Order: sequence, then structure tokens, then C-alpha cells
Amino acid sequence: MNSLYILFDEIYRILFLLIPVLVTVAMIVWLDRRVWAFVQKRRGPNVVGPFGLLQSVADALKYIFKEIIIPASSNKLIFIIAPIITMTLALIAWAVIPFSENLILADINVGILYLFAISSLGVYGIIMGGWASNSKYPFLGAIRSAAQMVSYEVSIGVIIINVLLFTGSLNLKDIVLAQQNMWFVLPLFPMFVIFFISALAETNRPPFDLPEAEAELVAGYQTEYSGMMYAMFWLGEYANILLMCAMGSVLFLGGWLPPMDIGIFSLIPAPFWFIFKILFLFILFALVKATVPRYRYDQLMKLGWKIFLPLSLIWVVLTAAYLLYFDLLPKQI
Amino acid sequence: MKIGRLLKTIFMVDFITGLLIAIKEVFKSKKTINYPFEKGQVSPRARGEHALRRYPNGEERCIACKLCEAVCPAQAITIESTEREDGSRKTTRYDIDMLKCIYCGLCEESCPVDAIVQGPNFEFATETREELYYNKEKLLENGDRWENILAANIKADNPYR
Repeated sequence: MNSLYILFDEIYRILFLLIPVLVTVAMIVWLDRRVWAFVQKRRGPNVVGPFGLLQSVADALKYIFKEIIIPASSNKLIFIIAPIITMTLALIAWAVIPFSENLILADINVGILYLFAISSLGVYGIIMGGWASNSKYPFLGAIRSAAQMVSYEVSIGVIIINVLLFTGSLNLKDIVLAQQNMWFVLPLFPMFVIFFISALAETNRPPFDLPEAEAELVAGYQTEYSGMMYAMFWLGEYANILLMCAMGSVLFLGGWLPPMDIGIFSLIPAPFWFIFKILFLFILFALVKATVPRYRYDQLMKLGWKIFLPLSLIWVVLTAAYLLYFDLLPKQI
Repeated sequence: MKIGRLLKTIFMVDFITGLLIAIKEVFKSKKTINYPFEKGQVSPRARGEHALRRYPNGEERCIACKLCEAVCPAQAITIESTEREDGSRKTTRYDIDMLKCIYCGLCEESCPVDAIVQGPNFEFATETREELYYNKEKLLENGDRWENILAANIKADNPYR
């Protein structure tokens, strides 16, 4: 009886997290299109629901009713599993994201490692989809995206080490609490910029959307997908972007902490601060998408391996030296 | 020069300038219209949906000269005619296959009596192809519905003909 209670309690908590995340993903697609349109002086989706907020619901309904076409020469099992993997991985990573001091699904000690592992696994969904399609463009797109994601994961890993030097803990809650005096964006600003750009590359967003460069690869790994399977790739992609924004705000922008510990700021509940920060980062994502032209593939690789990796490694040394010299290293408890 | 370029790259000056321009553009007025709710200006010369006009007394203008049928580059027009009791020649059939039509406006130009005209209506999409095979009734009905605008347009465009 007791174990059943725990089970239902867990399921309730998971749904309590998952449904808002999915709804937010749908809204965020709308926000993305809207910001993009506004920069180009267009109106964007504004018909379905108030301000077009329900546009994503209409799109999802359309995708549900569309036929799913599975190419005859594809590897059917992997073809079907690929979007499921992308979507699942994008969603399970949310388990460790702390929305406030208590509002956290799984308060595990290796939170950041878990996040990093899950976001690395994300490449599997894409490469499986590309390979199983048994078609030229998806395959090329998948190879590109695999190379791109692997490259930028390295620099993200090194950037995370920078943050860990300050906190001395892999627990996301501890990371946020360590920023009570100063957000890490201040001492680590260059790292924040590099993290942001790497996050763009990691989630295949413009200007690094080479895996789905329409001009060359039709739609990259999504070429053969249709209907709900395409929608799952699409939702997974946006869930990943949101996750990267959440990661950025936890690591650098102080998670749920208000900017200053003043009465007015403390009045707003902690989760809202976190959501504001995610939204801020996401709007930045959307603005970048609207502003920057696409990188060439060799430029992308050069940026990842020759600039970001050395730079973040040097910064690790600098941070470590600084912390050691001034005796600011986090103490072992 | 080279150092200046390098500094610009390191501090991402160009990128930030672009981003600021993008943010500025967000608050400017929109250049597109809210289409299904508000519509743009249509020129009097617009070549939209076809219509067959009538004289004010209700008589059809078309005299079945078949110039439009002859000039139509897409061969979308089919006309059959007969002599009426009063000796005038009138069409018994006037079909336009709107799917073949390329909206070039030659039929309108060739018509000696301004019977076949292309109106300002560009929103006549249908759900089936069959609905776009226009016959004489449909065209005359169009003419009756749009007559005011059609007459005004022809008058406005008259000096340039």
C-alpha cells in the first residue's frame, strides 16, 4: 500500500513537471516565430487564439491528422524509435532542473553531470533518424549534426568545469545557492558568451543550423519524416533549446535567485525568476536566429575546435589560479 | 587595421550592432497587413476573376465574336453561339477553364464591347477543381455582383487604353 502511494506520488510529481514543460514548449514555438516576425517587421502568427497563442496547438493537431510515411527502404524500427528518443531525452533532462529551493523533481548530487550526459545522448536521436531514413540528405544532415554536437559539447564541458571550480558541487541546487552573492555571469562573462554560442550550436539553432540547412540538405535528418513523427522531432528540438536556456540560467544567471536580495524582488516567487531568466535567454536565442546568417561548415568547426576549446581551457586555468591565489576555492565539507 | 579587426572580432562588435538593430526593428511599425481582416489596395487594372458584363437594360454585352477565344494563349475559353429571333448573335455557351487561365488579360483587351473583363476579385479559391470550370451563368453572376466596381475600374483606366 505504501509503495503504491509512493508510486502515485511520483507519477503526480512527474506530470506536474511534464505538462507545464510541454505546454511551455508549444508556447515557446509561438514566441520564437513571433520574435522572428517582429524583427522582420511582419506580424507572425496572430489568428489562432489571443495573439495567436494557440498556433502551436493548431499545428500539433494538423500534424496528428497527417499521414505518417515510412520510406520502403528505411530501417523501420530505428526510423520510428529516433523521434521518440529525441523527445524523451529532451524531456527527462528536466527532472534535475531546480525551479526553486524545494521545487525540484530529482535532487541528485550529480545533477549537472546528468544534464550533460543527457544532452550528449541527444545526438543519437538525430543520427538514428538520419541513418534509418536510408536517403542522402538525412544521412548527410545527421553526420553534420553529430560532428557539430560532439564538437561543441567539448567546450560546454570545459565551461561547466569553470562553474564547478566556483561551486565545488555538481548538485544544481548548490550551484544556484553558491551564486547568492554574485551571479557567475559577472566573473565568467566570456564563458557565458561562449556557453550561449555553444548552446546555439548544440541545439542546431541558426546560425549553426547546418544539419537542416534548407539550401543544401532539404531539411537534413527530418527530410523523410512526416506527421506526428516530425512533430516529435520538432517538439524535442524546442524542448532542448528550452533546456539549454534553463542550464544557462542555472549555471550563470543564478537560477531562481532574484538579482538583489531586496524586498521588492523577493516578493516575486522564486520559480518566476527562473522562468523570467529562461525567457530572457530564449528571446536572445530567437533574436540571434533573426539576425545572423548561417555559418559555413568549416567555419563552424574552426570556431568550435580552434577558438572556443582553447579559450575555455585557458579560462579554466585562469579561474583556478585566481581562486587558488586568493584562497577562494570551495571548502570540502 | 588588422588589430582593429581582431578587437572587433573578439568583442563581437558587428554581432552586437546587428542584434541592437534587430531589437530596434521590433518596435517599428509593421510593414505587412493583417490579411484576411484587412486587405491591400487593388489597382483598377488588376487582372483577377473573370466576369461577363451586361448593359444597364439587362442585355448581355457579349456578341459572340470569339476574339477572346482566338486570342487566349492558354485556350481556356470555349464559346458556342447562335442567332436569336431578333437577328442578334449571342452565345449559348461561354466557358472559362480557370485552371488553364494564366490571367494575362488578353481576353479583356481584345473584347470590342467590354463584355469579358477581369475584376478585382482574387479570392475565389475552391475545394474542388470542378468548381473552377466557369460557365456562362457563373460569369454573368460575377458580372452582376461586381458591376459597380467593374464599371468604375474601366472608367478609371480609360485614359490609358
